[in-house]
Amino acid sequence: MEPDADTSTPGRITRDDVAYVARLARLNLTDSELDGFTGQLADVLEHAADIEALDLDGVAPTSHPLPLANVLRADVPTVGPAEEADHRLFCDEVLAAAPAAEESRFRVPPVLGEAP
Amino acid sequence: MSALSLAASVRSGERSARGIVEEHLAAIADGEGEIHAFNLVTTDAALERADRVDAVVAQGGDPGPLAGVPVALKDNMCTRGVPTTCGSLILDGWRPPYDATVVERLDAAGAVIIGKTNMDEFAMGSSTENSAFGPTLNPRDTTRVPGGSSGGSAAAVAAGFTPLSLGSDTGGSIRQPAALCGVVGVKPTYGAVSRYGLVAFASSLDQIGPFARNVADAALLLEAVAGHDPLDSTSIPVSAPDLLGVLDRGVEGLRVGIIEEISGSGPTGLEGFAPDVQSRLAEAAEALAAAGAVVEKASVPSTVFGLSAYYVIAPAEASSNLARFDGVRFGLRVDAENTVDMNAATRTAGFGDEVKRRIMLGTYALSAGYYDAYYGKSQKVRTLIVEDFARAYQSFDLLLSPTAPTTAFPIGEKVDDPMLMYLNDVCTIPSNLAGHPAMSVPFGVGDDGLPVGVQVLAPANGEPSMFRAAAVLEAAAGGSAGSRHDS
Repeated sequence: MEPDADTSTPGRITRDDVAYVARLARLNLTDSELDGFTGQLADVLEHAADIEALDLDGVAPTSHPLPLANVLRADVPTVGPAEEADHRLFCDEVLAAAPAAEESRFRVPPVLGEAP
Repeated sequence: MSALSLAASVRSGERSARGIVEEHLAAIADGEGEIHAFNLVTTDAALERADRVDAVVAQGGDPGPLAGVPVALKDNMCTRGVPTTCGSLILDGWRPPYDATVVERLDAAGAVIIGKTNMDEFAMGSSTENSAFGPTLNPRDTTRVPGGSSGGSAAAVAAGFTPLSLGSDTGGSIRQPAALCGVVGVKPTYGAVSRYGLVAFASSLDQIGPFARNVADAALLLEAVAGHDPLDSTSIPVSAPDLLGVLDRGVEGLRVGIIEEISGSGPTGLEGFAPDVQSRLAEAAEALAAAGAVVEKASVPSTVFGLSAYYVIAPAEASSNLARFDGVRFGLRVDAENTVDMNAATRTAGFGDEVKRRIMLGTYALSAGYYDAYYGKSQKVRTLIVEDFARAYQSFDLLLSPTAPTTAFPIGEKVDDPMLMYLNDVCTIPSNLAGHPAMSVPFGVGDDGLPVGVQVLAPANGEPSMFRAAAVLEAAAGGSAGSRHDS
């Protein structure tokens, strides 16, 4: 994400903002839900405005409590036993837990809108 | 009977694991209808498992330190072939194809998994009222909430359904329900217990930990599940700490600081702490001093901003983690003409209001134009909290605060006001942001007769001294307040 020079707190979240993020998050909201969520999200963001008073210039961000380094493992199968037959069984189990599967794949409705 | 004595009696052949499991299943049959601690009681599997434990003993073997001891799992830990719902309709009926690492560790230790406990949906909540399967009630007073989000795990232990359970703690979800139900609850150091197979809420904050009716049992369970796991890349590369071995060492000479800002005692601190909770905290501090600790006031100023930072950071991580629930690979699908509409229809039907709220909050905080104002600033506040703790731990070995600002509140009281609900977590959130261990120990009761929890905080990997202080507090509470519910 590009650093932004303007770090002042934006204005109160609007109904349109909430409709926009709901669309981004793949959630369908009714009009009354939209009203309710707008007020509630505004309350939480307003509480977060207490951070405004802090001088945070020059403070480094913390994204994680641990100093993270890439963790590599040996390049051998570790999900399920290495034997082909058992591995296949694991795949079947995963697919069995999915809403729809076909020929070892997850099945979904058309992505581009045309008929299957 | 404690988990320690139950395991000892099974290992010595004095009692059968089957007998112990049957006893607890009977307790569940008696009380579960009222409490609703479980989403699933795995009766048949538990009895079969108990028989296998007994067979090991019969052959002269040792099933392990948790031999025959029932353990309940919060329903966000994957159990192979056994429904794992996260308290959500979107995972209703889903059966994981693998076990979480904690499940394998419990198995290796001889434990018997007795069921999956109720929780706020995807661990988002402080009252267990956000479960898609109905609320859990507090066994101490069934008109009150048990706390949350691990309310089912706390209630199951408090009600005597199981001596031990596991919960997960992202902002207080083990410690706060432990306090409200009058049991011991521990959030270990970030990375001490593997998160492999724990359905993610906020990955940089989530940590699995134990519930028990006494400090020694909590130590027993934590020792069994902690330790490095190559399957979790954030697992710290150390073995499980020795806790049972140090429990009786006392606190002589330990320096303990009461965090002014989150105990209602500082001029610049947060408000809203009930006087009875403050009194119990003061008595707990006196008990530690009487046992030889040096107790003073401590200042960790930025803890007052923990709540604000948390309610940006946790939803931001959640909005990303919960993107995977799209109707393709797990659980629920609501069909539609095309995939995007199917994704939205599934998520709309499958998620409850609190989950939707946090996903939207996180999506907003991470979106272009708002990222720096919210997420960027919150991450910087997180740094301040880490630095303030580091400064405090130059003068103190341990810190102390209430676990929650009040005792258990009535069901329904805060469910319609998210911000009011979030305020429950002011004392517990800072430890998650810093990745530090903290635990709640029951210490007396409030004016309403309901349990009060005192929180002991320690620096990373400070569990041994944290447990020593907890053991001292437990002994003092048992001696003076008569409020120990050690059934």
